[in-house]
Amino acid sequence: MSALLSIQGLTKTYPGVLVNQDIHLEVEPGEIHAILGENGAGKSTLVKTIYGLVMPDAGRMLVNGVEYQPRGPKDARAAGIGMVFQHFSLFEALSVAENIALGMAKPPGRVELARRIRDVANAYGLPLDPDRLVGDLSVGERQRVEIVRCLLQNPRILIMDEPTSVLTPQEVAALFTTLRKLRDEGVAILYISHKLEEIRALCNRATILRSGRVVDACRPAEKTARQLAEMMIGIELLRPLPRLFTPGDTLLRVLHLTVPSDDAFGTTLRKIELELRAGEVLGIAGVAGNGQEELARVLSGETRVNAAKVMLDGQRIGHMGPSRRRRLGLLSAPEERLGHAAAPDMNLAENAFLTGRKRQRLDYRGFIKSASTANFARAVVRKFDVRTPGIATPARALSGGNLQKFVIGREILQRPRVLVVNQPTWGVDAHAAATIRAALRDLAAAGTGVLVISQDLDELMEIADTFAVLEGGRLSKVHRTRSLTIDEIGLMMGGAARERSFARA
Amino acid sequence: MSGLRLSPGAAVTLTAILALVVFSLAAGLDPVLLTVSIMVAAMPLMLAALGEMVVEKSGVLNLGVEGMMIIGAIAGFAIAVESGSALLALVAAALAGAALALVFGVLTQVLLANQVATGLALTLFGLGLAALIGQPYSGIKPPPFPRLDIPLLSDLPVVGPLLLSHDLLLYFSFALLAAIWVFLYRSRGGLVLRAVGESHDAAHALGYRVIPIRLAAIAFGGACAGLGGAALSLIRVPQWTESMTAGAGWIALAIVVFGGWRPVRVALGAYLFGGVTILQLNLQAAGLTPLWLLVLALLLFAVHSTARALAGAGAHIRALFPLWLATAGAAAAAVYSPIAIQAQYLSMAPYICTIVVLVVMSADRLRASLNAPAALGRVFHRPA
Amino acid sequence: MLALEPRLSTPGWLHAATPVLAIALTMLAGGALFAALGKNPVEAIRVIFWDPLIDPFSRSELLVKAAPLAMIALGLAFGFRAGIWNIGAEGQFIVGAITGGAVGLAFYGTPGLWLLPLMALAGAAGGAAWAMIPAILKIRFNANEILVSLMLVYVAELLLSALVSGPLRDPDGFNFPESRQFHDSATLPIFWPGTRAHVGILIALGLGVAAAVMLHRHVFGYHANLLGSAPRAAAFGGVRVHVMTAVCLGLSGGLAGLAGLFEAAGPVGQLVPSLPVGYGFTAIIVAFLGRLEPLGILLASLVMALTYIGGETAQFTLQIPAAAIWVFQGMLLFALLAVDVLTRYRLRWRRGVRA
Repeated sequence: MSALLSIQGLTKTYPGVLVNQDIHLEVEPGEIHAILGENGAGKSTLVKTIYGLVMPDAGRMLVNGVEYQPRGPKDARAAGIGMVFQHFSLFEALSVAENIALGMAKPPGRVELARRIRDVANAYGLPLDPDRLVGDLSVGERQRVEIVRCLLQNPRILIMDEPTSVLTPQEVAALFTTLRKLRDEGVAILYISHKLEEIRALCNRATILRSGRVVDACRPAEKTARQLAEMMIGIELLRPLPRLFTPGDTLLRVLHLTVPSDDAFGTTLRKIELELRAGEVLGIAGVAGNGQEELARVLSGETRVNAAKVMLDGQRIGHMGPSRRRRLGLLSAPEERLGHAAAPDMNLAENAFLTGRKRQRLDYRGFIKSASTANFARAVVRKFDVRTPGIATPARALSGGNLQKFVIGREILQRPRVLVVNQPTWGVDAHAAATIRAALRDLAAAGTGVLVISQDLDELMEIADTFAVLEGGRLSKVHRTRSLTIDEIGLMMGGAARERSFARA
Repeated sequence: MSGLRLSPGAAVTLTAILALVVFSLAAGLDPVLLTVSIMVAAMPLMLAALGEMVVEKSGVLNLGVEGMMIIGAIAGFAIAVESGSALLALVAAALAGAALALVFGVLTQVLLANQVATGLALTLFGLGLAALIGQPYSGIKPPPFPRLDIPLLSDLPVVGPLLLSHDLLLYFSFALLAAIWVFLYRSRGGLVLRAVGESHDAAHALGYRVIPIRLAAIAFGGACAGLGGAALSLIRVPQWTESMTAGAGWIALAIVVFGGWRPVRVALGAYLFGGVTILQLNLQAAGLTPLWLLVLALLLFAVHSTARALAGAGAHIRALFPLWLATAGAAAAAVYSPIAIQAQYLSMAPYICTIVVLVVMSADRLRASLNAPAALGRVFHRPA
Repeated sequence: MLALEPRLSTPGWLHAATPVLAIALTMLAGGALFAALGKNPVEAIRVIFWDPLIDPFSRSELLVKAAPLAMIALGLAFGFRAGIWNIGAEGQFIVGAITGGAVGLAFYGTPGLWLLPLMALAGAAGGAAWAMIPAILKIRFNANEILVSLMLVYVAELLLSALVSGPLRDPDGFNFPESRQFHDSATLPIFWPGTRAHVGILIALGLGVAAAVMLHRHVFGYHANLLGSAPRAAAFGGVRVHVMTAVCLGLSGGLAGLAGLFEAAGPVGQLVPSLPVGYGFTAIIVAFLGRLEPLGILLASLVMALTYIGGETAQFTLQIPAAAIWVFQGMLLFALLAVDVLTRYRLRWRRGVRA
C-alpha cells in the first residue's frame, strides 16, 4: 500500500536537546492517524517540520512517493498539506474573510471568497460569517476559521495540533463529525493529542512519541485508555486516594461581582458569586477565554474592584492590590509562568522576592535582605524538588514543569490562608503535575482554602471538592464534585453556551 | 430626518474652513493665499506621517522620523543646488531617507535592538549628519520647484491658486495618500502588511516573511520622511538651515496617533497641524491676541460635541450649553480685552497642540487599543 | 548561515566589553565619515578624542561637562530600566535652570549660605514638575510620554527665550536677551582652584553612589527592573505602574532640573537662551553607554564629555559644525545597540540554507 506521507529517519536537535530522533511514520489516505505523547515529547516539532516551519537536521520526507523538502508553509500548502494550530495563527483585528485569504496561495476576489467560505462552511457544518472580526468570535468559532482556511485549499493531508484543548464537549463532538466526513472523502488527518479517550474514539492508528522518539504504535480502539497512558508515559499510573471533605469557616467571598474588560477582545465578568471555605478545594472549569484570566486577576488584586465585592475573613479587600492581599494571606499563582508568575530574565532568588517580600519579610524598610531572600528561594527549590543548577539561574532557563513547581511552591511555603491557582498543570509533565496536585490537596488538608481554575476536567474531578463552570464571564452554581459525572459537566458548559448564542441573536 | 444629518467630522471641517475665512478677512489677509500657505505647511507633515503610518501598520515603531526628514531635507537641497533638477532632488531625498531608515531596520529587525533607543539614535545621527553635509549650503537659494501650470485654468480666480497651480509635490502627496489607501485596504500586499503588524507570530506560522516585509515598510517610511524633509527645504521654507525640521518629525509621529492609523485621518491631521502653524504665524504678524487660538479650539470642540449629540451619540445637547458659553466668553475676552503676548508663547502653539491632540486621542483606551496595530513595537525573533 | 541564538545567561565580562567595542567601532566609522567629507580622519579623531586628555584645562573641563551628563543619565537609567521613556530631559534641564535661577535672581545680592540650597531645591522641583506633565498625561490619559516629554523640550526652550527677553531680562543689559550675572552668593563654589570645576561635580559623584545602592539594594531598583523586563509579573508582584511612572519621571526630571541649575549657577553664571546645549539628549546615550548602571554611567559621562570638548575644538581647528558631534553620538548609540546583540544572543553558524 502506498503511503500518502512517508517520514524516514527525521531528526532535529536544538542546542543541547534532541527533540526528534530518527522518526519514522507512514500516513495513508483516508485515515485519522494520532500522534500521541506527553507535553515535550516532540509532537509539535514533528508536525511543524512537516508543515515547513522547522528545518530537520537529517532524514527525508515523501509525499505520494515524491521527495518533499518544504522551505516554508507555502511549499507545504502547495503539496496539499494544511495545518490547524494549537495556538491559532489568526489576526484578531482582521475579518474572517481576510484571515482566510491570508492562508491561501491565490485567494479569489472578495465576493467569490465569501461565497466559497459559506459553501465549505455549510458542507462541513462549520457556520461562519465572513465579515465578522475574528477578535469577536468565540474560541470554537476561531478554530472553525482555521479549519475552513485549510479546507479551501483542498488538502490531502490535514494536521490538527491539539484541536480539542480549547473546546467544550459539544464543540468536540461537532468537530469529530467534520473530521470523520473528511476522512471518508479520502483526506489523511494527522491528529496530535494527549487526550486518550478522544484518540480511542476517533483515530484509526496511533504513533506514540516519548522523549523525541517513536516508542510504539497501535490501533487505539483496541487499547484501554490506561494502556495508552502507560505507553505514553512509560510508567504505571497511580491514583490518589479520595479524601474526606469537611468544610470549615468561610475564608473568601465574592459578592455579585461585575467587571467590564479593559481589553477590546477580553471577557466581561458578570454577577460572579462564590464562597470558599477552609479546607476546601474549589474547582472552576471552563474553556480558556471565558473569563478565567479576568477572574484570577480580580482575586490576586491585579484588577481592583469595589472594596465590598471581595471579602477575606470578613474583611473588605476588593480595593487592595496584590501586596496588601498577600500580607492578609491571599496568595495566587497565575496561569502564564514565564512573564506573569515569574520574570523570565530574573533569577530564582529575585523571583522568590517577587511574591515573598511581605509575608516572608524579605526587606527592611525597602532595602532587600539578600540572605533571607536566598534562603527562602533555596527552601522552595529543596521542598518542591525544583531541578535547577542553583538559585542564581534565570527563570527562563528552567523547564516548564520545574518552573511551575517553583511558582506553586513559592506560594505554598508562605502558608496562605487562601491560594488561587490558574491552570496549575498546563503544559507540565506528568510527574510534576502529580506533585503539584498532591501539594494542593495537602495544603487544603492543612486548612487552607484552595481555588483551582483549570481547563482540565480530569484534573478537577481528581482534586476538587466542589465544582463550578465559568462560561462567557458567568459562573455557574457550585456543586459537590462527587455528585457530578463528566457528561453532566459537559451539559453545564454547553448549556451556558447555548444561552449566550440566543442572547446574541 | 435623514436630510440634514451632518457627521461630526464634516461639521468640524466646515467650521474650520469658515473660521479660517472669517479670520483672514478680519486680519486683512487673502483667504485663498492663507489656505494655500496652510496646504504648503501641511505637505511635509503629511508625507512623513503617511510613511510612518505604513511602518507602524507593519508593527514597527520608528521614532527616527525627525532624523530621516532632515537627511531628506539636506539631500534634496544639495542635489537640487548641484544639479538644478527638482526630480533628481526628490529621488535623492527619498533615497537618503530610505537609506537611513534601513540602518534602523537592520538594527531593530535583524539585530533585534530596542526600537525606541534605535529611533532616538537615528534622530541624533540624522541631525548631526545633515548639519555636517549642509555646512556649505546655508544661505543659498534653491532652484524653484516646478508647479502645475495649465494655460487659462491655472489663472482662474480662487480655483486656480487653490487647486490648479501648486507645486507638483503637493499633487504627489495626494496621489500617495490614494495609493496607500488602495494598497492597505484593497490589495493582498496591504493585507499581508496589516497581518504582520497584528501578529508577527501568526504571520510567520502562515509562511509570511516578517522581517523582509517590515524592512520594506521601514524603507518606504524613510523615503516618505525624506520627501517630507525635501518639501520643507525646497518648497515650504525654501532654504537650508541647521535643525530646520524643528520637531516636525516628532509632530508627524503624533499625527499618526491622531489619525488612528487610518490614511485619510492622518492626512487631515497633517492639515490641522499645518493650519495651527500658519495661524500662529499670522497671529504674530497681525499682532492679534493668542486668545483667538483658544476660541477656535473651543469652537471646534463645541461643534464636534454638538454634532455628536445631534446624531444621538455622546452627551445630551443641554449639557453642552456651558461649552458654548465658554466659547462665547473667550471670544468676548479676545475682542474686548486682548492680551498682548510675547511671540515665543505663540510659537509654542504647534507643540502644545500636539500634546493636546495626543491626550484627546489616547484618552479612550479601548478605542486606542483597537486601532493601534497589536504588535506595534514588539520584537520578533524568528524561531529556528 | 549566521544565526542568532538566545543566551540563557550572559557572562559578566561581555557587559563591560561591549561599550568599549562600540566606542572603537564609532571611531572607525567616524574616521571613514570624515574622510568621505574630505577632512583628515586621523586628525579629526585625534582632536575630538585625544587632545582634550592632554591639555590640563581640558581635563578639568571634562569634569565640568561630565557632571550634568551623569546627573541626568542617572535619573534616566531608572526609567529606561522600567520602560518609561523620558526623552525630554533637555526640557526639564531648562526649566530647572529657570526656576532655580529665578530664585537666585529674586534674592539678588542677599548673601547667605541658605541661598544655594534653596536654588538647588527650586531647580530640582522645577525639573520634576516639568516631568510631571508627561507623567500625569500618561497616567490619566494614556498619552505617549516620549512624544509629550519631547514636545515640552521645544516649549521649554521658547519659555526660556521668552523669560530672558521679558521678566528675567538684565535691567542694565542693553536689551540683550539674557539675565543678570548671578551674585557671588548664588554661584557654585569652585573646588579646584584655577578651573571651573564646581561642587556640582562632587554632588554628581555622590548621586552616582546613591543610585547604585538604590538600584541593587533597594526595592525601588528591583521594581524598576521588574517592570521593564516583565510588566505583567510586576503587576502581579504588586508594582503600581502609575506610581512607578510618576516616580521615575519625577526623579529623572528632578535630577535634570538640578543639573540645569548647576549649569546656570556654575559655568554659565546667568540665564541665557544658549544655556541648553543638548545635555539632556546626550545623557540618553550616556545612560545606554553606561549600560544603565550608575557606576558605568559615571564613566560613560566622561567619554561623552570628551566628544563635547573635542567637538568644540574641532569647530575651530577643522571647521566642523557644532552639530557634527551629534553624528558621533548617534553612531555611538547605533554601535552600542548593534554590539549589544552579543550580550543577549550567541552568534552561531548553522548548516543549510533557509528563507
